[in-house]
Amino acid sequence: MLQSLFEIKENIKIADGVFKMVLKGDTSHITSSGQFINIKLDGLFLRRPISVYDYDSETVTIIYKVVGKGTEILSQMKDGTLDILTGLGNGYTISSQTKSALLLGGGVGVPPLYNLAKKLLESGKEVVAILGFNSKADVFAEEEFKALGVKTIVTTADGSYGIKGFVTDAIEGISYDEFYTCGPEPMLKAVYDATTTTGQFSFEERMGCGFGACMGCSCKTKYGNKRICKDGPVLVKEEIIW
Amino acid sequence: MVDLSVNLSGLELDNPIIPASGTFGYGYEYAELFDINILGSFSFKGTTRDERFGNPTPRIAECEAGMINSVGLQNPGVDAVIAHELPKLAKVFNKKVVANVGGFSVDEYVEVCSKLDSEEQVGIIEVNISCPNVHGGGMSFGTSAKDAQKVTEAVKKVTTKPVYIKLSPNVTDIVEIAKACEAGGADGISLINTLLGMRINLKTQKPVIANKMGGFSGNAIFPVALRMVYQVYEAVSVPIIGMGGVSSAEDVIEMMLAGATGVQVGAANLINPYVCQDIINDLPQVMKKYKIDSLKNIIGGAH
Repeated sequence: MLQSLFEIKENIKIADGVFKMVLKGDTSHITSSGQFINIKLDGLFLRRPISVYDYDSETVTIIYKVVGKGTEILSQMKDGTLDILTGLGNGYTISSQTKSALLLGGGVGVPPLYNLAKKLLESGKEVVAILGFNSKADVFAEEEFKALGVKTIVTTADGSYGIKGFVTDAIEGISYDEFYTCGPEPMLKAVYDATTTTGQFSFEERMGCGFGACMGCSCKTKYGNKRICKDGPVLVKEEIIW
Repeated sequence: MVDLSVNLSGLELDNPIIPASGTFGYGYEYAELFDINILGSFSFKGTTRDERFGNPTPRIAECEAGMINSVGLQNPGVDAVIAHELPKLAKVFNKKVVANVGGFSVDEYVEVCSKLDSEEQVGIIEVNISCPNVHGGGMSFGTSAKDAQKVTEAVKKVTTKPVYIKLSPNVTDIVEIAKACEAGGADGISLINTLLGMRINLKTQKPVIANKMGGFSGNAIFPVALRMVYQVYEAVSVPIIGMGGVSSAEDVIEMMLAGATGVQVGAANLINPYVCQDIINDLPQVMKKYKIDSLKNIIGGAH
């Protein structure tokens, strides 16, 4: 974990209420896909944890939805610097055993899967992504996934774009030996029930610190109590207790 | 050269800065960030007899200049703390630690305190009779002077180390309770624990916290904490560890002027994990600014 200042390079709207922000700074503590950063905003007491969409040696990109005061403030920032904790959470693990990976993302659960897709492709895996949204106006990142060479399927709950239904409605016929998912908890539960292989789930919880000190975001697992921020946010299918 | 050292019941501290229980785990998360040996000491996560998961989530809510938590004393239990946490801590912290103890009965407090009393790393035992997050538990001792005295007396019988009782602000008269603890043999008083508070989510129109209420902490509570330290200082002669909303070297000095010998830093650690290091680095300069040579000399100076 590192606390450092990042410069806002870009902050643009990419879908209904959804923004993409590119930040320049020291990314050396980000070590795997699925980790998150924790952003301090003026006037708000708690930091705001947001998952990493993509990162390289000098920038980190986040995609976030405006859902409250913090993301509202963030969405209005055009430039300046932000105090950010980076390198938080365990992130996804890429197993050497896996040959074909299925990614299932729902809404703002899609972003952490993007860098993961890149890493999976770099390790020679076949990757299929199912990106689920409520409606056509909510869809983002489809072109970016396709540009990586990932077979990308979009679902919308109201059928206004892509396949009508939820991500689980698009699984049939896809062969995979491990899946990776992130999204709202009801979706994660549906993915848990609809899949037969092992898989990795990224969870969300209200956090105090984001680095394991306050025990605010604990959950029970078959492998004992875990802190979503430090021992998670990624849990493996076998340990989850719903 | 300014002198930052203070003495808590015979325990000499390089400076008064002590991260507060529940905001510093068992120390090693922060040891990844800075050398925690610069601290005066730190108060480890409230430890009970048995392992506890605590309350259901969400356990955190944000407030203006503060936060609410309802963690509910999640901890691995005293035996696991002694077997695993303390040896792990010894690798990164070579000073004495403040052992924070939670409980649900006099017997439980006695059992946990007596086990921790034989641990060499423990410098002070801080008995938390004020956790707002455990129903029918710790807090009932903290809201009655009679019970507070009873717990203090019972713990004192089985311990050789200094015993500090950590008090709740959610009472009619904190002074009366502090006096009862002193009468029961307490070596010092820690105050304040969090203020009972709540938030309601306007979208769901239900409480944000699963347990409905929780402990309010952060900068917003500093004036309340300061006032209580000031009042208790007038009424007892044992040392006080002051806490509640402290986040700067200036706050530390104010707290000491009110009567604190040691100063704990809580919620601020969760926002700026380096805050204790920053405060320790800032103190000499701030002391010079206010013409303070030695922190020892300003304790209770506002009276």
